[in-house]
Amino acid sequence: MASKTAEHEDTHAPEIVDQEMVDEEIPEIDPNKIQILPGASEDGTAASFRILQEDHTLGNALRYVIMKNPEVEFCGYSIPHPSEAAMNLRIQTYGEITAVQALEKGLDDLVDLCDVVESKFRSAIDKGDYETTQPIDN
Amino acid sequence: MAEKKPRNRVGIEADRVTDVSSTDFPGYYPGEDHSWNLEKFQENLKIHIEYISELNAEFDLIGVDASIANAFRRIMISEIPTLAIEYVYIENNTSIIQDEVLAHRLGLIPLKANPDYLRWFKKDDPDFEPTDYDTVVLQLSAKCTANPNAPEGTTDPKLLYNNAHVYARDIVYEPQGRQSEWFPEGIAATNPDILIAKLRPGQEIDLTMHCILGIGQDHAKFSPVATASYRLLPTIDIIGEPITGELAKKFRSCFPKGVISINSKGEAVVKDARKDTVSREVLRHPEFEGRVRLGRQRDHFIYTVESTGAMTPDEIFLKSVQLLKKKCQILRKFNLAA
Repeated sequence: MASKTAEHEDTHAPEIVDQEMVDEEIPEIDPNKIQILPGASEDGTAASFRILQEDHTLGNALRYVIMKNPEVEFCGYSIPHPSEAAMNLRIQTYGEITAVQALEKGLDDLVDLCDVVESKFRSAIDKGDYETTQPIDN
Repeated sequence: MAEKKPRNRVGIEADRVTDVSSTDFPGYYPGEDHSWNLEKFQENLKIHIEYISELNAEFDLIGVDASIANAFRRIMISEIPTLAIEYVYIENNTSIIQDEVLAHRLGLIPLKANPDYLRWFKKDDPDFEPTDYDTVVLQLSAKCTANPNAPEGTTDPKLLYNNAHVYARDIVYEPQGRQSEWFPEGIAATNPDILIAKLRPGQEIDLTMHCILGIGQDHAKFSPVATASYRLLPTIDIIGEPITGELAKKFRSCFPKGVISINSKGEAVVKDARKDTVSREVLRHPEFEGRVRLGRQRDHFIYTVESTGAMTPDEIFLKSVQLLKKKCQILRKFNLAA
């Protein structure tokens, strides 16, 4: 392996994808990906959601950001059965907002969080203030 | 104890680990605001890159919760699409390695190809026909023959026979349609020296392979990483009186090399806690009881990403962030209020 100290910029900058390919790709989303489970409160301040094809990856991250909302009294998730690809999410609010609103805010906050992490990581890469070889002594 | 233990510390004691859960939630501390605040998060988040080489990277994500850090790790392992051999059409295989074993071995070979240029091959649709958009075709044919010019008396199969060993480098990429535009550098195994099969004169392998996109959740061969893991930054606090003299030397020897140094006053000082393996050796010695506090910083994640070679490790991390974002955006499209 050749050492590449000078050219880490072009080896590590993720390439821009062929725009045509991206535009053509329309992901097929299951129309039942998210459902409200029966038993939600009349006023909508407490509800459980069933999200298909999701696991701890989204479940725990979403639980964290939803719990960060001061209007939320309780948020928890569970994976009812390991061989069913589904995740249940429970939200109860103090009554000022609905569970759906809390979920939507949680999703938006998580999107914002990802944007921050991505831009910070990219600027750390652009700064180039790091080694390009793995230290031997470890 | 004089100074108070910081909130973001996990305590490490001889027989237990304390303060594991995050407490940064509204209502946890009276009178404090811990609600989600993007500006605050942006201010607190720090990313430090230790190194990024061709296949490995180590970087720190400081100021995030474990649930978020774990989501990135999980996505890197199991949800980033990559290309791998999925279908093997065997024209001829007279080697001693069975068809299904050979096909499995081929599937596990990591390929160097940018997955962004490909679309999903719909495996569950029986009418789905492979196209240049979703399928990469590879060929492998090898026939072993005796080498008439082999030196007298040699027992080395490499000299005795031609093509006695079939390697990943013998796989030939056959561009279909516009693929030569998308993959100008071609598609090949990242490790050309992977031994696929051994042959003897008269034995032959002739097969065609179809590679498709997949994710690690479906099969480990689609995972872009060999490992992607994180650990929390270790912390070592010397409390109370400084540790000096012979005791300082003993203290130093309780840690891996480079963690503790002894300054000009003969006092033991923490030089680089990052190098600590958190073996807890110091906690076994009664003379250090109450003089040191071991811990880990709960919001300081040291990631180690080992790529298989399909993508650079930094690219893999960035993709994991983008994928988590995409998951949220997909759910956001649903109108639940109705």
